[in-house]
Amino acid sequence: MTLSFQEARHLLARTGFGGNPVEINQLTTMDRQAAVDSLLAGVGQQAVTSPPQEVLSAMPPPQGMKGMSFEQKKAFRQERNDEALALKGWWYQEFLATPSPLTERLTLFWHNHFTSSYKKVKWPALLYRQNVLLRRHAAGSFRELLFQVAKNPAMILYLDTQTNRKDHPNENFARELFELFTLGEGHYREDDIKEAARAFTGWHVALRHGGGFVFNRHQHDDGVKRVLGETGMFGGDDVLSIVLAHPACAAYLTTKLWREFVSDQPDLHEVERLADLFRTSGYHIKPLLRALFMSPQFWAPENRGILVKSPVELIVGTIRIFQLPTKETEVLAKYGRRLGQDLFDPPNVKGWPGGTRWITSTTLLNRWQLLQRSLRGTELGMHPHQGTVIDMAHGPAWITEEGLDTVQAVLTAVPPVSPLPNTSDRWRAVQQLVMDPVYQLK
Amino acid sequence: MTRRELLRLSATLPFILLMHPHPRRLFAAPVQGMPQPRWDRVLMLVELNGGNDGLNTLIPYGDERYYQARPRVAIPRERVLQLNEKVGLHYALEPLMPLWRGRELAWVQGVGYANPNRSHFRSIEIWETGSDSEQILDEGWLARLFEVYAPPSDFSAEGIVLGRRDAGPLSGKTVRTIALEDPQQFLTQASRVSAIEQTSPNRALAHILQVQRELTHAAGDLTRRLEQSSSLQTSFPASPIGRQLQTAAQLLSAKVPVAVIKVSIGSFDTHANQLNHHERLLKELAEGIVAFRQAVEQAGQWDNVLIMTYSEFGRRVGENASIGTDHGTAAPHLLLGGMVKGGLYGIAPSLADLQEGDLRHHIDYRSLYRTVITNWWGLPATMLGKQDFSAIDCLT
Repeated sequence: MTLSFQEARHLLARTGFGGNPVEINQLTTMDRQAAVDSLLAGVGQQAVTSPPQEVLSAMPPPQGMKGMSFEQKKAFRQERNDEALALKGWWYQEFLATPSPLTERLTLFWHNHFTSSYKKVKWPALLYRQNVLLRRHAAGSFRELLFQVAKNPAMILYLDTQTNRKDHPNENFARELFELFTLGEGHYREDDIKEAARAFTGWHVALRHGGGFVFNRHQHDDGVKRVLGETGMFGGDDVLSIVLAHPACAAYLTTKLWREFVSDQPDLHEVERLADLFRTSGYHIKPLLRALFMSPQFWAPENRGILVKSPVELIVGTIRIFQLPTKETEVLAKYGRRLGQDLFDPPNVKGWPGGTRWITSTTLLNRWQLLQRSLRGTELGMHPHQGTVIDMAHGPAWITEEGLDTVQAVLTAVPPVSPLPNTSDRWRAVQQLVMDPVYQLK
Repeated sequence: MTRRELLRLSATLPFILLMHPHPRRLFAAPVQGMPQPRWDRVLMLVELNGGNDGLNTLIPYGDERYYQARPRVAIPRERVLQLNEKVGLHYALEPLMPLWRGRELAWVQGVGYANPNRSHFRSIEIWETGSDSEQILDEGWLARLFEVYAPPSDFSAEGIVLGRRDAGPLSGKTVRTIALEDPQQFLTQASRVSAIEQTSPNRALAHILQVQRELTHAAGDLTRRLEQSSSLQTSFPASPIGRQLQTAAQLLSAKVPVAVIKVSIGSFDTHANQLNHHERLLKELAEGIVAFRQAVEQAGQWDNVLIMTYSEFGRRVGENASIGTDHGTAAPHLLLGGMVKGGLYGIAPSLADLQEGDLRHHIDYRSLYRTVITNWWGLPATMLGKQDFSAIDCLT
């Protein structure tokens, strides 16, 4: 059975940044399996755009900051801040340009899972490299992703593995490995953290020599460790394998993906089934996603319009659907921050809490202000507002060509709170739909 | 009120009571042994963002070890404003000295927690959620408190956040917090939003509608009260903290009903060349507080306000190679207000008995929270958990 318009709309809203009538109608020629497969087949491993050159080279000078005056240091830091903003702006550029929105949604999901922040890491080039890594494995092997992330320089700096030494183990990474990256609370003990931390001693970054991973065996504790019931002269890779063998790991990740793509109330039975599949597939992400997107709960009408759009989804989705011209994507990064999602700078290692936490009195007002300004440029015959972030000189044709019912179905997942006015002014109707609370939902 | 209006009102009265989310509050009688919550009292939280150097704030100038540990960063003895023969204030806090002499200023010394975490993010999270070092809590300590003991529902908001930092202790699922980075902008933006009474079985939508209701309610209330109140006579310093404190004073003198106002100042993360920078921050803070006190006193509200500082940590005892100080542990915090019994509380952490180069704390930071919860608001402090954090007897 081919997808209905509503189903096709839902699939695009949940796996990407939403779709316009043309994109939605394309999917209505396919059945669920074919539509899901085509989305998954489109997932890429590389970005289609690249960040500015200065971001790629934003690394520490070999001689360090020693010998710089206070003013020089200040100027040096300002340059890094500018590069970080350029990096954030670049990701928005990729969100807008990508032929596979799901690739970016997954990369963003992993960014919010394996968090690292510019504030702590301080080197934009390292964060960019981490972003490349997350995208490469976004729908690949979680096992591979985990092994690479553990040796990723931005992660090593973010969770202090850099200062994890034989005589002074730092438990930061080991703790988050168990608690946030693989198992969740309740499946390990403080001793497991202490012992695991020893296994990662000596995993460092050659910060002034290219910024790559180095194994410093003089700082590595090669003694016997006891982790999650296993005993041996474990190194870091051994600990990662032990964690992956733990039964809680697959269910923990499946639950998190469920919350991202299906609903905020995971169905324990279905999660268990999917987690089994994930584990037996050897932690391959794509088969798990396929099963997740094919689960009856994903398609259930009562699960539509029950998740809050993240700031990135709101901003990128609005620009894409109205084909708004954008010049400076750094402005979008600043707007994302105002709405509570500062890319490459999550609030802490747990990432953005998301869900209804996206909406506070301040962020809701800021969301509406952004949307209002975006649409203001549409008022025919009016000059785009000065300082407008996104101005729309010419809206897409479907807004006036399609029926009002279709326009509403495209823009909102569920019927608006305020009934549409009986007006022939299509732009007024669009404006009201975008300002309706349900526009915040996906 | 005409007779007809009165009749109409009385006809709707039972209905209003039924609709009221907290009907008990309308007839709240003091529970035996527990006084009524003092929701006429406001907590003013001041976040010293970045980790304030406690040793250069309340200075152990009487201890030679302080000068040995900080050859370049110590404040010279002759510039310290002596409080007693052992400790004194940084000279930049001079504006606070009349308040000290007026016994409205309390310093609580050696505040921290066991197994200190030296990460900004994690440590501020610990302070803001009220957790143990190893414990992860999702909501701020005030948000958790208000979940159990909510301020009256007719308050404009439970918490108002000024400045650029996030809601911190006031972030949670049900707490009614509004952020007023720019009050005028907030009111302008909010005035364009229509009040809404609908709700929805869709939980995400219900949340958005709830927030919309809260902000239109708060904005309407704030606008009305600010319009009716007279403007402040006091001039405030032009610093960011000065502007926040000015807004706070405006809100208080307009008698905006609110339980907590949060302001922030920073960054206190003084890893390098800290002397000038730290001096400027302390000066801005002191000048702002003095102006705030004057304005709030004139509005007759000084006895209803308790100012309390917090920060993720103090700084290391020894200075670093960059004429600054790195992340440390325990630090002093100040409490200030018309009802504060001024003085020094607790003992200054010993400079002879360090833990990996850091001060040992003597007072768990949650004792400050306990003081606010029980002694300021008259509420039980059960949300602080099973551990017994005793209140500090610094309020009259």
